[in-house]
Amino acid sequence: MEVSRRRFLSIGPVGVLGGSALGFDLTESINVKQRLRIEGATLAHSLCPYCAVGCSIIAYTRKAANGRTELLQIEGDPDSPVNEGTLCPKGATSLQLAVSRRRVPQPLYRAPGAAGWTKVSWEFMLDRLARNIKASRDATFVTQDAEGNVVNRCEGIAFAGGAAFSSEEGYLATKLMRGLGLVHLEQQARV
Amino acid sequence: MVSLAATFGRGAMTNHWRDIRHADLILVNGANPAEAHPVGFRWLMRAKLDRGAKIIHADPRFTRTSAVADTYVRIRTGTDVAYFGGLINHVLSNRLYHDDYVRWATNAGFVVKEGYAFQDGMFNGFDREQGVYNTKLWAYETDQDGHARIDPDHPRSVLNLMAAHYRRYDADTVSRITGIPREQFMQVAGLVGEMGRPDKVMTIVYAVGLTHHTTGVQLIRSGAILQLLLGNMGRPGGGMNAERGHANIQGNTDHAISWDILPGYLRIPAPGQKDIKAYLDESASIKQHPRAVNFFGENYRRYLVSLLKSWYGDAATKDNEFAFDYLPKPAANASWISIFDQALRGKMQGVMLSGMTATSIGPDSNQVLQALSNLKWLCVMDPFNTTSSEFWRAPGMDPAKVQTEVFMLPATHWIEKDGSFTNSGRWAQWKEQVLPPEGEARHDHWILAELFLRVRELYQTQGGRFPDPVLKLTMPYRNPRKPELDEIAQEINGRDLRTGKRLATFVDLNDDGTTAAGDWIYTGHYPEEGNLTKRRDGVQDPGRNDPSGMGFYPNWAWSWPANRRILYNRASADENGRPWDPERPGIAWAGGKWVGDVPDYPPTTGPGPDAPLPFIMTGEGVGRLFSNAVADGPFPEHYEPIESPIANPLHPQQSATPVAFMYDERAGRASRFGTPADYPYVATSYRLTEHEHYVTQNVEHLVQLQPEAFVEVPAGLAREKGIETGDLVRVSSRRGKLEVRAVVTKRLGPLQVDGRQVYQIGIPIHWGFVGINTGQHWLANALTPFVGDASARTPEYKAFLVDIEKI
Ligand code: SF4
Repeated sequence: MEVSRRRFLSIGPVGVLGGSALGFDLTESINVKQRLRIEGATLAHSLCPYCAVGCSIIAYTRKAANGRTELLQIEGDPDSPVNEGTLCPKGATSLQLAVSRRRVPQPLYRAPGAAGWTKVSWEFMLDRLARNIKASRDATFVTQDAEGNVVNRCEGIAFAGGAAFSSEEGYLATKLMRGLGLVHLEQQARV
Repeated sequence: MVSLAATFGRGAMTNHWRDIRHADLILVNGANPAEAHPVGFRWLMRAKLDRGAKIIHADPRFTRTSAVADTYVRIRTGTDVAYFGGLINHVLSNRLYHDDYVRWATNAGFVVKEGYAFQDGMFNGFDREQGVYNTKLWAYETDQDGHARIDPDHPRSVLNLMAAHYRRYDADTVSRITGIPREQFMQVAGLVGEMGRPDKVMTIVYAVGLTHHTTGVQLIRSGAILQLLLGNMGRPGGGMNAERGHANIQGNTDHAISWDILPGYLRIPAPGQKDIKAYLDESASIKQHPRAVNFFGENYRRYLVSLLKSWYGDAATKDNEFAFDYLPKPAANASWISIFDQALRGKMQGVMLSGMTATSIGPDSNQVLQALSNLKWLCVMDPFNTTSSEFWRAPGMDPAKVQTEVFMLPATHWIEKDGSFTNSGRWAQWKEQVLPPEGEARHDHWILAELFLRVRELYQTQGGRFPDPVLKLTMPYRNPRKPELDEIAQEINGRDLRTGKRLATFVDLNDDGTTAAGDWIYTGHYPEEGNLTKRRDGVQDPGRNDPSGMGFYPNWAWSWPANRRILYNRASADENGRPWDPERPGIAWAGGKWVGDVPDYPPTTGPGPDAPLPFIMTGEGVGRLFSNAVADGPFPEHYEPIESPIANPLHPQQSATPVAFMYDERAGRASRFGTPADYPYVATSYRLTEHEHYVTQNVEHLVQLQPEAFVEVPAGLAREKGIETGDLVRVSSRRGKLEVRAVVTKRLGPLQVDGRQVYQIGIPIHWGFVGINTGQHWLANALTPFVGDASARTPEYKAFLVDIEKI
C-alpha cells in the first residue's frame, strides 16, 4: 500500500521517544530516518494488543531477500478517533512483543514427575491431548443430576483465556467448549 | 458487569473513550487511567483543557491521575460504597437530583412489595443455611397484569426506601469509614450536587479498583445509582464508563467465554429447565410497565433459537426444542476461583489456558500451584512460556512430586492473525494479519478446531458418553481444521437460512429456526455489503466523518449494538425528544425522526407522554435504582473487606457481606484469612504503566523501564519500621510472602479511619519466576485472598491484610 502524503506528514516522532531532552530539535532528523526506514514498506492496520483503549496501530513490513517478512516499525494510527496517532509505552514497544527470541519454538511436553521438557511434534501433542480430553470428558460427564434433570455437562475440564484472542477466535472457543459440554469457562474479565 | 446489567439492562461501558471529552465533572474511582489506560486518559484531559471540566480522583494512592486531578481524595481501599453512598445521600436529602429525569427514566416511583426490610446490616430473605438471599422477595407490588404499582409518595416507593437507606451515610459516617476528611468530602459533594442540572453532565470512570472486592458489584452499582439520580445516563459526557484492562476482554465477554452466559448475554440454562419455555421463564425479563419495550425479554427466544441453529444446524429442529438439551447446565458457579477450588477438591482433571497464566493471576498463588498439581493434565497455549506452563518447577516446588502432564503449545501473536478486537467502548475494530506465524507457532483457533475434530473422530470410532453434541456441532468452514476468522465473523453476524443472505439487523432474527446468528448483539456488523468493523473514516476528515460533531464517527469500525455509540441514549433527550442539553445532544426528535447517534429506541417511534419508556432493555422500561438482579442486596450497602483492619462502623455484628463465597470454608479446608492482630496493614495491588499483567516480562524495553519487583510503603510506616527506599522487605499475608525492595513514598497515606490511623501498602503485580529478569520471582498474588463476591465471584485483589518487616 502506498503511503499517502497526508499520512506521511503525520508520521512524527511518537511514543517513548517524543520530545527532546537534548536542548535541540531532533524532529527533522528523526523524520528523515523514519522515511528511510519505512521506504517501500508495506503498510498494514492493526491494534495494540494490551489494554482495552483499543489504539489503532500502523505496522510496516518488508519482504526480506530470504523470503521472510520483516516487521520494521509500529506506530500509532493518526486516523483513529480513539488514539489520533498516539501510543503509550506499551503500544509503542509492541514490536518487541511481536518479534522476540523468547518465543517457544516448538511444542514442549512434560511427562508426570519429569524434571524437564521434551521437544515433541505437533502430531504427538494433538493426538495425546485429544485422548486426554475425551478420557476426562467421559470420566466426568453428567447426563442427569441427582434430581433427574437432564444437564449434559462435563465437570472435569476447564477452559480459560482469550484476553488477546480476536473476537472470532473467542466465539469459536466458546462454541467448541460448550460443544464438549464444558461448564467451567473463564477469561480475563473478572481476574 | 453484573452491576450495570442489573441497573440498566446491559453490562458494558455505556459511552466510549472519545466521548469523555464532553463531561463537566469526571469522578475517577478504582482506576488510574493516566497510568493504566494512558491514551484513553487523553479524553479526560481534553475535557479538562477544552471545557474546564473538573476531575476528582478518589484512590488509596496518589498517582499520575491524581497529579492532574482538580481534587485528589485519599480513600481507604474498598470503601467506595460509603463514598458514593454519602454523595447519594447528599443528592437525595438536598433534592439535587434531576427530578424530571428521575420521574420519567428510573424506578423511583415504583412501590416495593411488603416485607422489604434492612436491619443490622441484613436485607430480608437471607437463608442462613445456604448463605444466600432469596432475591425474588425483593420485588414490586403488582396489579393483575403483572405491572408494578407506581406511587412516588407511597412509604415503600423506591425513592422513599432509598432515602431511608442512605440517610445513614452522612458526612461524618462517610469520613469515619473511608478516611476522607469531612470538609473535603463536603466539597466533593458540593460539586457533584450541581450535576443534576440538565445543562450539566458528569461521568464516572472506573476500573478493577471497584470490581476486585467482595462488594465489587455493589461498589459499581452505587455509582450507577448516583448517575441515574443526576440524570446522567444515556447522555454524551455522562454514563458509567468501565475501563477494560485487556485488548479484547469486551469482545470475548460478548462472545461468552464466561461460565454464566451464552453469546450475547443470554443466560446459561440451569438444571430443571427442561425446555426453552422453562428456560425463558427464568431468564428473560418480564414486562412490568405498560409502556416498557422490554426489548431483550420479548426477543430472548429469537436470539437463543438463532444461536442454537448456528451451533447445531440441521440437528436443531422444532421437534427437539432446537437441541436445547445439548447445552450444558451447570450445577453451581463455575468461574475462575471455582475452577481451582474444584481442582483442590480433586474433581478437575484437565485445564486449558490460553494467554492467561493461572499461577500469576491468582488469587492465592500458592494455593493455585497446589491446585495445578492436582490436575491430571494442563494445556498451555501461548507464544511464551508462562508461570503456568512452568508451574511444576516454580520456586519451592519439587517436580518429582508433580504428577500433572503438561502440554506447552506455541501459539501465534495477535499480529500474526486478523480478526477484530472490541475495545472498552464496544467498538469492534478489525485488524489485518501483518506477519505470518513465527516458526511452528499455530493460531489458537486452529489448535482448538483441530483438537475438537480429533475428539469428534475418537467419539466416532470408539463411542463414549453422550457424543451427540460433539458429533453434531456445526463446523461449516472451508477447511474445518483451519477456519478463517472472516468465516467465523459471518457466522456470528448470522443469516436468513431461507435466502442464505447475511442479516443487516437483529430485528430480523426469528424464533422458528429460519435464521441463525452466533451472537445477536453483533448481527449487523457483517451485512451483505461487507465487514463494517473494517471501516476507517476517522479523524482525517472530521467534517465528513463526524456529521453530528459529537465525535461518534459512525463509519469508523462498528460498535454493538447496531453501531450505537452511546447506550441508553434515548435518555439523553427529555420525554418530548428534546436534548436535555442542546449543546451536547445524543439523539433528538426532529422532523419525524431521531437524529444524532443511532437511537437506543424503536427508530420510528416518536416521543411523548404515551410513548415507550427510555430504557428498552429492562422489564420496567426505566433504570433501576432498586434492583433484584444482584445477589447481595437491592440497594448497595457498605461492608468491610473479608480481611479488614476495623469492624464495620455501620453494623459491627455484620461487618463483611454475608453472601461472599468462602471457598476454603465450604470445602472444609483450613482458613487462610489473617486477622488485624497478626497482619495490621491494608494492602492493595495494581498495575504500572510499563507493564501489562505478566506478558510484558518478555519485552526488553519494558523490562528495562520497570525491571524490578517492589512494594510502596507509606513514609510514616517506613519510619516506624526503619525502612528506607531500596531496602529489602518481607511483606506477608496469611497465604504467602514477597521479599522485594521497598519504595518509601508519601503517596500512600496514612488515613484516619474509625478514629485510628490506618496504613496502606501498595503492591504492583507484574513479576514472577518467568521472564527476562528471572531474579524477580515473587508473585504478588501469593498474598491475595481466595474469596469472591456473591454475584460475580470476582476475587478480592484490592483489599487484604499484610505485615511488613525489613529483612
Ligand atoms: S497503546 Fe497503551 S493505551 Fe493504547 S491500547 Fe495500547 S496499552 Fe492501551
